[in-house]
Amino acid sequence: MKSLLNLIRFRLGLVALLFVTGTVWAQTPAATPAAPPTAEERIAALEAYINNADPVKGPLVGVAGPGHNAWMMTSAALVLFMTLPGLALFYGGLVRKKNVLSVLAQCLGITGLVTIMWWAFGYSFVFGKSFNSPFLGGTEFLFLKGVTSAPNTDYAYWVSQNVFSMYQMMFAIITPALIVGAVAERMKFSAILLFVAIWMIVVYFPLAHMVWGATGYMNGVWNADAAIKAIDFAGGTVVHMSSGWSALVLCIILGPRLGFGKEKMAPHSMVLCMVGTGMLWVGWYGFNAGSAVAADGVAANAFMTTTMAAAVAAFTWGMIEKIFRGHASILGFCSGAVAGLVVITPAAGFVDTTGAMVIGVLAGAVPYLACTKMKAIFGYDDALDTFGVHAVGGTLGALLTGFLVAKDVNGNLTAAVATKNGLAKLVTDGGLWLEQVKAIGLTLVLSLVATVVIAYLVKALIGLRPTPEAESQGLDITDHQEEGYIN
Amino acid sequence: MKFITAIIKPFKLDEVKEALSAVGIEGMTVTEVKGYGRQKGHTEIYRGSEYTVDFLPKVKIEIAVTDDLVGKAVEAITKSAKTGKIGDGKIFVLPLEEVIRIRTDERGESAV
Repeated sequence: MKSLLNLIRFRLGLVALLFVTGTVWAQTPAATPAAPPTAEERIAALEAYINNADPVKGPLVGVAGPGHNAWMMTSAALVLFMTLPGLALFYGGLVRKKNVLSVLAQCLGITGLVTIMWWAFGYSFVFGKSFNSPFLGGTEFLFLKGVTSAPNTDYAYWVSQNVFSMYQMMFAIITPALIVGAVAERMKFSAILLFVAIWMIVVYFPLAHMVWGATGYMNGVWNADAAIKAIDFAGGTVVHMSSGWSALVLCIILGPRLGFGKEKMAPHSMVLCMVGTGMLWVGWYGFNAGSAVAADGVAANAFMTTTMAAAVAAFTWGMIEKIFRGHASILGFCSGAVAGLVVITPAAGFVDTTGAMVIGVLAGAVPYLACTKMKAIFGYDDALDTFGVHAVGGTLGALLTGFLVAKDVNGNLTAAVATKNGLAKLVTDGGLWLEQVKAIGLTLVLSLVATVVIAYLVKALIGLRPTPEAESQGLDITDHQEEGYIN
Repeated sequence: MKFITAIIKPFKLDEVKEALSAVGIEGMTVTEVKGYGRQKGHTEIYRGSEYTVDFLPKVKIEIAVTDDLVGKAVEAITKSAKTGKIGDGKIFVLPLEEVIRIRTDERGESAV
């Protein structure tokens, strides 16, 4: 009792002191602590967690939800797994024996380089908003300053911002790594790194902000002021179109491999290629279902559509070969699976099963024609078909999303933001495809023009190609002083 | 003494080996080789790029035989390696000057 009295006396004294020390201090409610949350507020916060909605207020504001966070950490690891070692093995198997390590080194080098860039300014340029610009983010997250375990509610109510940042970084890593396929076996390691460093700043960071940033130019789902009301669930434009079209330009400027069309340039290991394909497919669940940025119903739908499209496209490509060529090849099945995954990427969280099946069939057929017929007609040396699969597939997917969108699978298509900027009306009444075409056009122009400039810049600065002698000996020895296979 | 080199289809190796031991041939040297004759090569297609592969995998068998076994050995190989289709292979019979068993220093027919 006596101690309580002492406490009251102390508090009164403190209040008196505050009054004496000045008006600013006096205004702080030191003597009246905030009322504890009511039971209703606490239940509402839990419901918001279950529904992946905004807790608005209460004890869970600023707290990450364990379930959503767990899925996003898993997804981030899965997307990294797509590059290391999925894409590295997929590409590594397709090159000749003397260049297998060069492809692995390029994937590893890009992973490190992009991670450093992402830390320094990449994340801030994509997901910041201090520039208040539709084309580039801001400076508030430079050096990942302030990127903590608390969610950034511009993008997710329940996922830690550091997890979100790492998840998005994995996309930034795989995108330039895809370009490696078109220029494989004939571009200097140093030239690839310099090209990628500039390309990330000029093409990827602005494009990713335009499509996914809260103030993005063509972010129809999240930006109420979006000029182009396009939708891209997991990166049809940002990842596949940008890398694929840039790859085409770069491989043309670079020129064909020595002996192209004369020497045998068959894949040195279809086994590695198949192993890589399986890893890409598995990793793609993180890429697509993870793009819901929650373990919610949208993620579940994306998981299903991803599976359908990949399996149907793999089967379609293989069967086209069987019917028209007489043999279904392993490379055919692998190419079809990747093409299916590419085409479903922008659509995964926006279409239903029927849409996914349509996408699967077209993904097996259209990139097939691009890789086998169009390449032969034009004669460019897209060594591992980055253009044929990713540019053609990514463009096809962005367009098909406009036609096959199903508003019932994703509430965001008709939510407040979409209603305000007109996306909801386009989804309900049709006409979304035109917005998709605008997004495709902008992505194309940015990728093509920027790549021409960057490629010639790098060529002028350090040169793009190894010497003919180094190229015929193989980049493993000349660029990395190692051999993939002893014996 | 003769030295017989036979080039056969790889999947016929077991049959040829059994046929040879049935006529009393006690040893052989087997090598995986590549080559082509009238069968020529085959075509591989990777996403529309066609490559002609000139050399096909074959198995080369080398045996040394005494003169009295040459006929039987050749017959055994011919019968067991034959499929009747192009690419069955060839048998070369060469004169053999000397054979030495390293362990015992035996020479001539007793070393075969």
